[in-house]
Amino acid sequence: MTLARYIGGRLLQLIPVLFLVSVGVFLLVQIIPGDPVAIMLGVSPDSAGFNKDQYDTLRHELGFDQPLYERYLSWAGRIVHGDFGVSLKSRRPVADLLFERYPATIYLTIVALLVSLAIAVPIGVFAAVRQNTIFDYLGMTFSLVGLAMPGFWLALLLILLFSLKLGWFPAIGYAAPLAQPVDFLKHVAMPAIVLGTSFAAQLARYLRAETIEQLHQDYVRSARAWGLPPRTVIFKHAVRNSLISVVTVAGLHTARLLGGTPIVESIFGWPGVASLLLDSIYARDYPTVQASVLILALTYVTLNLVVDVVYHLLDPRIRLA
Amino acid sequence: MSASLPASISPSGPGHSGAVLARAPRARLRLRMVALPNRLATLGAAIVALGLVMAILAPVLARYDPYQIDVVHRLQGPSAAHWFGTDTLGRDALSRIIFGARTTFEVSVGAVILGGAAGIPLGLLSGYFGRLVDATIMRLMDAIMAFPGLLLAIALAASLGGGLVSIYVAIAVSTIPHYARLARSVTLTQKARDYVSAAQVVGESNFSILFREIVPNCLGPLLVALTLDFAHAILIESSLSFLGLGFSPPTASWGLMLREVSPFLELQPWEAIFPGLAIFLTIFGFNLLGDGLRDVFDPRHYEL
Repeated sequence: MTLARYIGGRLLQLIPVLFLVSVGVFLLVQIIPGDPVAIMLGVSPDSAGFNKDQYDTLRHELGFDQPLYERYLSWAGRIVHGDFGVSLKSRRPVADLLFERYPATIYLTIVALLVSLAIAVPIGVFAAVRQNTIFDYLGMTFSLVGLAMPGFWLALLLILLFSLKLGWFPAIGYAAPLAQPVDFLKHVAMPAIVLGTSFAAQLARYLRAETIEQLHQDYVRSARAWGLPPRTVIFKHAVRNSLISVVTVAGLHTARLLGGTPIVESIFGWPGVASLLLDSIYARDYPTVQASVLILALTYVTLNLVVDVVYHLLDPRIRLA
Repeated sequence: MSASLPASISPSGPGHSGAVLARAPRARLRLRMVALPNRLATLGAAIVALGLVMAILAPVLARYDPYQIDVVHRLQGPSAAHWFGTDTLGRDALSRIIFGARTTFEVSVGAVILGGAAGIPLGLLSGYFGRLVDATIMRLMDAIMAFPGLLLAIALAASLGGGLVSIYVAIAVSTIPHYARLARSVTLTQKARDYVSAAQVVGESNFSILFREIVPNCLGPLLVALTLDFAHAILIESSLSFLGLGFSPPTASWGLMLREVSPFLELQPWEAIFPGLAIFLTIFGFNLLGDGLRDVFDPRHYEL
């Protein structure tokens, strides 16, 4: 399969997925039990504070006076043109809100990725090189614990220890990375650790298995037979090779870090898209809910695709079906 | 998206650990490496069993009514009367954790069965019939998986307006692709085997081949996936409840307990530790058990 065909195929495959995702996000508002318009207004049609004009305006604005497929088409048409509607809570264009919030989510995800690599690589390599020693067991215990650790509990524990007891890091808040780099690092530390831990646990396990496999390859035995020092054999050959596959796996799964952002952003008051989503859910601001879900899903799908294609470019041996 | 990753990392969240503990080729090492996961699996089974006992015997084990409010004694630390202290309304934390086990197990079992009941047939059909059926079902699964992690569950729970049904649906829908993809990959492997061709030659119907020949061969890997998905379901339920999108007060739910105490973190740190520990241990137990079962049933590691 040529590269162009591969990329073309992946893009073609993406079309039905994107279509289904958009239908799913569109339906989110349609499946709200009861009368969505009344729920968004926060008053029922037979209560005292009910304003018929306001109700009808919103009903028309959201297209609830049209048949379902027409509503979908006009909604999707507007989305394609970058019009995500108007937030019911702040009465501002949702696109503006997303634009403001998006960078914070991306910064957090990038730092979390770096944190998980910084945790996973030493643990994974050391556990493999010192297989079946206390280091190995400690490393793999970290991995098992990290995998089972619910993010919100880890967040509460970190806040308890590092904010309330020791006062090292602020429990909530945000600072722009370029304008106030030191403040940014202080604020991002705990959220990034929480977001990165479970990923780090998986990477460490994977890296350990991969390094052990490399250590048993023929080329490692040959290098040893040549009389190269064990340190050189391990770090210049085996570890380097296993790191290549780990970087691949880490890249392919980076997008998954986005899945943890709702919890992390809401606990640490991080002003990203995921906390916008939760705030909008609490405020029953459904246009914003739809838009933020859509943006997070699109980011996830796009990131996966880009990483996939980039790896395909870099390493022709990776033939992803 | 991630159909052909290297075999030992799986694409679906913390419940799905992708370990390959037993890979060392030297005989002496292999013995130790196999023995270790088995011991861990036993530990996992013990933790899960403990949780189950707590869930079943909750009314017997709990010393207090988990819903009895006692504002005078609110937010107390551990004491002889209240081993795990009391919560923001003075309810006994230990009793609420014991009853919380009941909530957790009910939801995770129910949601996993629901997800499996939808996902497994989809995967079987997809793998067995291939072509358009396969393409349609798999694109649908891709669409579900285009929502990272908790996002789908959060979106569904928010739309369905909370409550028990929405929790079940939110968890079940997000687990469907695990089963569908797993059942599909096992079906594809089995379909290529001689016994399936033999059954086709003999004239067995597709239905009978699927359910009498292929399904029994899927049970091992599916059991592994189910076990790991209990962990996944518990994580989603507690996360939803923590975010205020799952169980509503006064239900005894571990995630909700943490939500209720988080504004009082400074006053009573104990109340943030015990419910979280319960969630952690249960997920930990199911993960260990799942890994152990995988070594037994699924030595070649089917890709999810």
